[in-house]
This record gives sequence, C-alpha cells and structure tokens, in this order.
Amino acid sequence: METVTQTIQGVPLNHYILLSAIIFSIGVMGVLIRRNAIVIFMSVELMLNAVNLLLTAFSAYWGDASGQVFVFFIMALAAAEVAVGLAIIVMIYRNTNSTDVNVLNRLKW
Amino acid sequence: MINLVWLVPLFPLLGFLINGIGRNFLPKSIVGLIGCLAVLLSFGVSAGIFYELSESSATSYHQPLFSWINAGNLSIAFAFQVDHLSSLMMLVVTGVGFLIHIYSIGYMHNDKGYAKFFSYLNLFIFFMLLLVLGSNYVVMFIGWEGVGLCSYLLIGFWYKNDSYSSAARKAFVMNRIGDLGFLIAVFLIFRYFGSVEFGDVFAKAALMPAGAPVLVLITLLLFVGATGKSAQIPLFTWLPDAMAGPTPVSALIHAATMVTAGIYMIARSNILFTLSPVTMDVVAIIGLATAILAATIAITQTDIKKVLAYSTVSQLGYMFLGLGVGAYTGAFFHVITHAFFKALLFLGAGSVIHAMSNEQDLRLMGGLRKKLPVTFFTMLAGTIAISGIPPFSGFFSKDEILAHVYEHNKIFWIIGVIGAMLTSFYMFRMVYLTFYGKFRGTHEQEHHLHESPPSMTIPLIVLAVLSVVGGVIGIPEVLGGHHWLAGYLAPVFAMSTAKGTALALEHSTEYLLMAVSVGGAIIAAVIAYVKYVAKRHVPASDHAERGILARISYNKYYIDEIYNAVVTKPLDFLSGFFYKIIDKAAIDGIVNGLGKATSLAGRGLRLLQAGNIGFYLFMMVAGIIALLLYGFYKI
Repeated sequence: METVTQTIQGVPLNHYILLSAIIFSIGVMGVLIRRNAIVIFMSVELMLNAVNLLLTAFSAYWGDASGQVFVFFIMALAAAEVAVGLAIIVMIYRNTNSTDVNVLNRLKW
Repeated sequence: MINLVWLVPLFPLLGFLINGIGRNFLPKSIVGLIGCLAVLLSFGVSAGIFYELSESSATSYHQPLFSWINAGNLSIAFAFQVDHLSSLMMLVVTGVGFLIHIYSIGYMHNDKGYAKFFSYLNLFIFFMLLLVLGSNYVVMFIGWEGVGLCSYLLIGFWYKNDSYSSAARKAFVMNRIGDLGFLIAVFLIFRYFGSVEFGDVFAKAALMPAGAPVLVLITLLLFVGATGKSAQIPLFTWLPDAMAGPTPVSALIHAATMVTAGIYMIARSNILFTLSPVTMDVVAIIGLATAILAATIAITQTDIKKVLAYSTVSQLGYMFLGLGVGAYTGAFFHVITHAFFKALLFLGAGSVIHAMSNEQDLRLMGGLRKKLPVTFFTMLAGTIAISGIPPFSGFFSKDEILAHVYEHNKIFWIIGVIGAMLTSFYMFRMVYLTFYGKFRGTHEQEHHLHESPPSMTIPLIVLAVLSVVGGVIGIPEVLGGHHWLAGYLAPVFAMSTAKGTALALEHSTEYLLMAVSVGGAIIAAVIAYVKYVAKRHVPASDHAERGILARISYNKYYIDEIYNAVVTKPLDFLSGFFYKIIDKAAIDGIVNGLGKATSLAGRGLRLLQAGNIGFYLFMMVAGIIALLLYGFYKI
C-alpha cells in the first residue's frame, strides 16, 4: 500500500509550487480587492493554506516531518485568529451594520 | 614706601567705586572730595616712591601681586614694575590728573552727571596707572584698553547729543584698529621670546642682531598700536573729534594720559626699537608728517578746542619724531612738559568757554584779556611754553628733540623747525583772537563775562608755574645745566644707549640750532601779532570763499571725507551686501526653506494616512514585493 508520502511524491514538485503560488496570489488579490471583511478573512485563509500546501510538499520530498508539524501549528494559529477576528467582525457589524472595510477608515488617529 | 606701589592704582579704583555706586545719593561736595582725594593720595604715594627710588641705588623694583594666567607654558603674573620711567610717569599722571580733578569741581558743577563724571575720571586714572605700572605687556594692555574704554565713556559723556556719541564711537573704533596691532605684537613677543615680562623680553632682545625681521615686525605692530592711541597718521582723526567731551576730559586725555601711552610704550620698549632701524625710520617719518600735517590744519581752525587738539596731534608727532631718531629722553621730556602746558592750555580754554557761556568759536571772542586776567596770563605762559621760546619748559624739550633730529637727518630738522614756527603761529593766533582786540560776541555774553572760580584758576596757576619752570629738569649741558632727566632715565635706556651713539654736536652748532628755532618761533609770533592784532584780521565765516591752500587746511585736508569715501562707504556697502544678500536672502532662505520643506512634506505625507485599510494593505503588499525584488536582484 502506498503511503501518503509516496502519493505526494507522485506529483512533480513544480506543480505544487505553481499551485501554491496561484492560491497565494488569489488570496492576496482577495485581500486587496474585496471589501467584505469576511471574504478578506477567507482570502487570508487561502494564503495560509497555500503556505501549508508548500510546507507539506517540501516536507514529503525532503523526508522530514518537521514541515508537517509546522502545518499543524499554522492551522491552530489560523483557528485562533479566526476565533478572535470573527469576534471583532461581529462587533463591527453590530456597531456599523456593515462589514465593508472601506467604512472602517478610523485607523488614522 | 616702594612696596606700597599697589596703593597707587588702588585709590582711584576705590574712588571710582564709591562715586560710581553712590552717584545717586552722595552730595556733590563729597563726590568732588572723594574724586580729588583718591588722586591726591595716589600722588602722595607716587611722590614717596619717587623719592625713595631716587635715593636708593636700585634702578628697578618688581612687585608681583598675584599669579594671573597660567596655562601650559604661558605664565603671566599680575605684577607692577617701578623704575625711573614709571615713577616719573606716575607723578605726571597723578599730579596733572589731580589738578584736572580740582578744576572739574568748578567746571562740572552744574552738570547732572557730576558723580558719574568723577567716577569715570577716577577710572581713567586707574587704568592709566595700570598701563604705566604693568611689568609686562599684558598688564599694560589692560590699562591700554581701559583708557580706551574711559575715553569712550568720557568723550561721549553728554551722550544725549548724537554727534558727541558718534565722536566717542569714532575714538573707540579707531583705537581698536591700533589695538589690534598691539595685540598681535604681544602674541608675537610671546611666540618668540617665550615671555611677556619686560625684563625677560628686553634681555633676550638685546642679544639679537640689529634689524632682525622678528623685531622689525614686532616693533612695527607695536607702533601701529601707538598710532591709534597717540593719534598719529593715519589714525589721528578721532582726536580732534574727541573735543566733544567736557573740557577737563580733553585736558586729561590730551595731556597726561591716554595719548602719551603710545610714547610711553615705545620708550618702555626702547631696546626693541633701537634694534629695528627700519621701524625707527618709519616712526620718525610718521611723527614728522603728523607734526606738520596737524600744524597746517591748526592754523586755520576757528574752534578754540580744535586748535588745541590739532596742536596736540602735532606735538605728539614731535615726540614720535624724537623716538624715531633715538632721542628717548628728549621724547619723554617732551611728554612731561607737554603734559604741563597742554593741560594748562585746555583748562584755560575751558575757563574761556565757561566765561563765554559755552561759546567755542574764536571769531566770536576777543578782548577777554581784561575780564579774565588769570586765564589770560596762564594761557599766555602755556602758549610761550609750547612755542618753544626760552626759558619756558617747551623750549628745552623741543630743542632736545630737534638737536637729535639735526644730527640724524638735516632735512627732517628743517621740516621740524618749520613745524615749530607753525606751532608758534597758530598758538599766538589763538591767544590774540581770544584775548586781544574788541569783543565780538553778543551783548549778553559780554555782560556775563567773569573770571572762573578758584577751583578752576588755582590749577591753572599751578600748571602755569610748572609750564614755566618745568624745563629745569632737563637743562642741557650747553646751557650750563647737567640734564638731570637724562641722568635719571639713563638706566631705563641703558641697553639702547649701548647700541647707539651719543649726541655729539659741537656746542656752537647747538647754539646755532637753538637760535634758529627760537628765532623762527618769535618771527612766527610776530607775524601772528601783525595779522591778528595790528591788522585786526578775523577768520572768515564758514561759508566764505577761501584760497585753495586755506580751504584745504580749513577742511583738514578732507581726510575725514577721504576716510569716509575709502573706508566707511565701501564697508557700509559691504555690510549692506552681507546683510541683504548673504544674510537675509541666502542664510535666512536656507533656514526658512528647511522649515518650510519639512512642513510641506508633512502636509503631503499626512494625506497617505487616510485610515483606509485597503490602501494600507495594498501598501504593505507593495512593500513586501519591493523588498523581495530588492533581495532577488541584490543576491
């Protein structure tokens, strides 16, 4: 039976890198372009996952498990961040009835 | 007594402090008393020192008071040096100064700044005594600057009058120009001799060869200092303007103190000058030129004090001429006699001005002989003395200088005698215009004419006696004397005497020289008599047409105007340029521009901080990309 590692290794590394770059770019564009705070959040998740993908791929190719450990850390971090971030967004929505980030131009002071 | 020398400058300093602090509440009688007493006490101590010094076999006494400047190998003590030169000078300064103080009691009696005046006078005497007593160039320089300061304060005493203030400023600035020369000379002296003490410097200098470039440079710079203080070409124009001060001030500045400082300094540094023949020639030529220039100006002046002022410039020229030909004793002799008769003449002029209710124009005087007998006779004595008619004091001193000049250079001598004739002419012209003929002033003035109070006439009488008999201290051998002054000062000039040659004129030649100069002086006096008494000539009014020579002389060779055009105007222009272009435009522009640029940049950058999250994020990503690109291409 093929191990997960072998399955991963079955695809060339360049493909992972390309896919990861594409997902990351989509995430970046999402953060830059979208105005809904929740969509921005999701785009951030996209970027994080692009990185996770790369870490997993490299870890498999390298034969070193520490990369995959990092992926778990990042997931835990992302979960914590979403918990805090969503709470903030909910509060913002309650105060402004909107999650449009362009309304939130109060950072200038 | 001699170790009490520190008392001599201390008394006037105390007088200055007491009168200066108490100027608003001390009664006038006390102020006058303190002012005079301070100088009198100094005079008493000076006389004691003089007596003790002439009795003792020592020729010089050095009294260090305290160590003053100690830095590296520079060590300057605040010390006094009493020798034959300074003890005599002390007597002259305090003696004549005292008489002028007494006179001031009467002259300044109605002035509001009475106490201020006396405190300044005391301060003047204090600084002059420091100058005289200092045992090194630096202490001398304190006194040198101090008298400059006091002259500024006193010339501009009536400071509410703008032209008086500017006269004071002119004196101050011109003196500063000379002082720069003196100061550089002192630095050079320290650089080359490693000390500024007179004793050390002169001992080292005496070993140097004659004409050493260092010595020439130092002496030339010292002489620059002397031209400022003693009003020689080209720095003499402040002295006539200094007449703006109260008359006792003119007497003090002109006679016993400030203007003789240059001569004193050169006499003190005689060995340096003896060893620099080039400088000696420069000194002699400048002295002679000044003597003649000032004399030719004096013959047409109509302000009684201006005549005397130019006469002082001229007489100082004679003293420098004497120094320049190596007649140190003669020059110093003339300092002493000149102190007597010039103080007398100024105080006399003050008495006339006092009687005339502040009128100084000779053309509006005349016939004062009967009304002011004491003033008349004392001034006549002073005039005869300054004209060099025997046996009055001026004859001996001037003749000694001229005899040395004759031996040195015959042409100088001829010019010198012409100068002496001019002196006699303008002095008698002044006396005739003032005291002879009919009164030319207003009725009111004529009604007011009165002899001055005793506090003014007594100093006049004392000075007149001194002017008449003052010559006895230096009667030359040829006239049966033994020239006490030359013998007394011999130790001071010993090093110079050793380098030079003694006066070696035949007695018959000396008689001839005397006859020529005395004859010339008498002829000039007679010409003045014929013109101003017999023919009753009165100088023309300011606007009258004059002959070309008279016009040049009357306008003082336009020297002030020339200085104005050559120095003042370009300087003003330059200052204007620096002020308007360099300072206002360039420097202010840079400074203000920096400020403006910062504030503009802030205003621009503020717009970036709009608080827009999308924009912030965009900038962040752009920044990261830029960093990555930078790292990519860098590596």
